[in-house]
Amino acid sequence: MLDTLLSPFRALGRYATLMGRAFASIDKVGTYWNNLFIQMVRVGIDSIPIVALAAAFTGAVFTVQTAYQLETPFIPKTIIGSIVAPSIMLELGAVIAGFILAGRVGARIAAELGTMRVSEQIDALEVMGLNSVGFLVLPRVLAGVLMFPVLYVVSCVVGIGTGIGVGHFGGFLSASEFLEGARQFFKLLDPTIGLIKSFAFGFIITSVACYKGYYTGGGAVGVGDSTTQAAVLSCVFILVADLLIALLLL
Amino acid sequence: MIEIQNLSKGFGSLQVLEGVSLQIHDGETIAIIGRSGSGKSVLMKHLVGLLTPDEGRVLVDGTDIDTIPYEALRRLRRQFGVLFQGGALFDSMTTFENVAFPLRYFSSLDEKGLQDRVQECLDLVRLSGVGAKNPTELSGGMRKRVALARAIAIEPEYILYDEPTSGLDPETSNTINDLIRHLAEALNVTSVVVTHDMHSVLSIADRVAFLHERDLEWVGPVAGIHKCSNPHLNAFVKANEYQVGDTTPALSGPSA
Repeated sequence: MLDTLLSPFRALGRYATLMGRAFASIDKVGTYWNNLFIQMVRVGIDSIPIVALAAAFTGAVFTVQTAYQLETPFIPKTIIGSIVAPSIMLELGAVIAGFILAGRVGARIAAELGTMRVSEQIDALEVMGLNSVGFLVLPRVLAGVLMFPVLYVVSCVVGIGTGIGVGHFGGFLSASEFLEGARQFFKLLDPTIGLIKSFAFGFIITSVACYKGYYTGGGAVGVGDSTTQAAVLSCVFILVADLLIALLLL
Repeated sequence: MIEIQNLSKGFGSLQVLEGVSLQIHDGETIAIIGRSGSGKSVLMKHLVGLLTPDEGRVLVDGTDIDTIPYEALRRLRRQFGVLFQGGALFDSMTTFENVAFPLRYFSSLDEKGLQDRVQECLDLVRLSGVGAKNPTELSGGMRKRVALARAIAIEPEYILYDEPTSGLDPETSNTINDLIRHLAEALNVTSVVVTHDMHSVLSIADRVAFLHERDLEWVGPVAGIHKCSNPHLNAFVKANEYQVGDTTPALSGPSA
């Protein structure tokens, strides 16, 4: 009973220790530069198509539904742009990309490190005299923190762009009306908070996945469990972090 | 020299090792034998600090490896080459890259020197023409030989072998045994072989340590294995004779 109660705290301690070890070797990141570059491509560049696709549909659906809800002669059409653009910049751009990446990147990292753990590849790195945490965890977490803001920007640009296109070609409002509405209520704080969220989500997804993968045990079943837990926990922590950032910064 | 002093290790309620002590002398090949699950691999992992003992200590050339800082442990580990049971080759890299991997981080060789050294290591394990292949394209025996080539790339003082012949056919097992013996002589390294394959033990070992019920029950020269009166070791040896069909003369000693 006590063991079950203490288990989350023990996990938090191990997670904090792992991150501490990872960032303690940040001065050696030059040694692993090649690895960091590879991870930046895998985490960031390779994720652009799926993030863009999700953002495109989100922007399109959001515009259509907002237009439907505001279908009254008393509200100017520009309001649609005033609602859609800030919502994407403030919330949807980061959260949608976060959920997509929790599945795509989080699961991949956990499965990769988990397989390396159960096939003794991590032990092999250690006995060679390499810092396995510095070599495996740090480049992945750094790649998440550095590339997630890029994906956030892609998400916002594609989401708003698709919203403009669907609004215009769907006959809901013209592109100039959308942009005028977006400009009217634009606040620099919206994309700033969106960027802060993207840094946080990038860290959460990659660090949780690294933690789950690095401490995998129990063969193929263990790898499966770690992969699932990494994706699910990342989504939960994204929601919690989203709320905390909103409470703190708005 | 490696010295294991009163080492105990458990996982939860399962006690695996209890008060194990052993000295491994420079230049010798010692086989740690015992049934599956007897704790041989656990004991081996303590020698390179992959596991920390609950009690006792491991001294490598007089240094207690569990009390030194992590950076010092990393430096000390470079004296070791380890052949893991499944090879533990990096499947994202080719064979060449696997063998070159430790050299890229821990040697000052230029690209030409690195290529020469990789080829030299592959020659030592009698493999050629596989540099461009992915580990998944190699047979079990070839993977072990590549892993061995990687283990010796930075010229270790100690080589640890975890079940080097498990899962291999008798002919390939003999090839691996020959390699272990050859490397011990050619490189003058200290070898620790964890195995339950008595044929392998008799082919390569100078000394034998028999692990049973959490402790080393018998340690002695390989020649003395048939003269000992330990019933568990005798039963273990006899079971191996049965497995190999009693075709190995060396196994047919005066065991109980």
